[in-house]
Amino acid sequence: MSDTYNNPDEPAHPDDAPSGPERLPLDAWHRQRGARMVPFAGYEMPVQYVVEGGGIIAEHLWTRSHAGLFDVSHMGQLEVSGEGAAAALEAALPIDLATLKPGGVRYSLLLDEHGGILDDLMVTNAVHHFYLVVNGATKWDDIAHLREHLPDAVTLSHLADDALLALQGPEAATALARLGLAPMNDGWPTAQTITFMQAAPFRWGEVPLRISRSGYTGEDGYEISVPGEHAAALADALCAQPEVKPIGLGARDSLRLEAGLPLYGHDITAETDPVEAGLTFAINKRRRSEGGFLGANPILAALAAGPARKRVGLALEGRMAARESDAVLRAGSATGRVTSGGFAPSLGRPIAMAYVEAADAAPGTSLEIEVRGKRIAATVVPLPFIPHRYFR
Amino acid sequence: MNRYFTKDHEWVEIDGATATVGITDYAQGQLGDITFVELPAEGATLAQGDSASVVDSVKAASDVYSPVSGTVSGVNEALADNPELVNSAAEGDGWLWRMTLSDASELGALMDEPAYRSFVDTL
Repeated sequence: MSDTYNNPDEPAHPDDAPSGPERLPLDAWHRQRGARMVPFAGYEMPVQYVVEGGGIIAEHLWTRSHAGLFDVSHMGQLEVSGEGAAAALEAALPIDLATLKPGGVRYSLLLDEHGGILDDLMVTNAVHHFYLVVNGATKWDDIAHLREHLPDAVTLSHLADDALLALQGPEAATALARLGLAPMNDGWPTAQTITFMQAAPFRWGEVPLRISRSGYTGEDGYEISVPGEHAAALADALCAQPEVKPIGLGARDSLRLEAGLPLYGHDITAETDPVEAGLTFAINKRRRSEGGFLGANPILAALAAGPARKRVGLALEGRMAARESDAVLRAGSATGRVTSGGFAPSLGRPIAMAYVEAADAAPGTSLEIEVRGKRIAATVVPLPFIPHRYFR
Repeated sequence: MNRYFTKDHEWVEIDGATATVGITDYAQGQLGDITFVELPAEGATLAQGDSASVVDSVKAASDVYSPVSGTVSGVNEALADNPELVNSAAEGDGWLWRMTLSDASELGALMDEPAYRSFVDTL
């Protein structure tokens, strides 16, 4: 037997990335806990834990009902600072920083001049600078792209020594509360009172943490940036809570698929634009009227004309899963392709995301997916597949 | 000895002219949670090495190759409702299909159990 479809392992980036898999701060921590480590985005990362109560389905369901701790340290953490940083970021991203208050977090997109998506990212207004989190597999390209587009007075720092943990699930706030975090700034909210897409700096003893209420699972939860040398101690302290178990990237992928969230390199790429991807919310209102960001002209034209194809959710009949690249048909004719597909542990059946022609994108539309020569009936359903439970 | 193994992690147990085929415990462990098994059609003729079945796990679909040539005489119906049997009992109740052997000499190219376990230790 052999793996033939949708291997999630991605090769290391060929450009100025370090050669060979790098060891992240929690490497030994994961191995001690029975993680199966796989090459991903140039690092060795835990895909699942081979222990009692481990495995992708169990880890996925644990996160939906309790709290899962994910190591996402392969992602790129960047700081943009200096005179003119806001204006420089606005020249590069379709974001409106005047409406992003201190502590605010916003989803944004790195675009090319054709309106293609180079990456998706989170931007935080950290008062003295902007803090960006970008995808692991694209971070070296992102850094090069930003350096090219930012003026000399603006500094771009890669926080390569910091680890990034995501604590996700309905019991995440309860578990985090027991760590006794202190707000770094007087009068700022606690980790329990910050709401979805807000961030604040905290101290855990003497250790500084950047915490945002965000994630990519559809659940309430946090992303926590911690100096690498303290990451194992923090992960231990979190996993000492009865609500928390370490969760691998396999379950992170099935969780984000159920939550209808696009995965860069699969559901969104340089070949897709934000309009067809359903991500126009990331292009702030003022930017839509004024333009002035990379890719603005083609995107504003696409907004006015409407997309020719759209990203949709598909519910499949039966148990056989569709995978990336499988053809989607309407009445026997090609209408699009699957970009992510798999078994949805919370639903107990397969689901997929695909791009289909706009005329075939309405919920309720009956389509077929060609999976290894067989045609599987599928219905367009609204995204997300399961409701988001963010703390607003 | 009546059980043989392939480098692709299938096992085949021989009882007279009947062969029972499955994937090994090592293979199920590598795949993780199995969510669906596509089985060959009864009566299908398979050549040694043909892709005969697909095992779907949460993360990927994997082909299962026929370890020998022959005709499919039955499939494990229990897998339709309980594909996870392949996880819990890959080398027992989680078998995939049965076939009537057409060329017993093909077995000579397969590994016996100690050879397979040694092979896995090198992976």
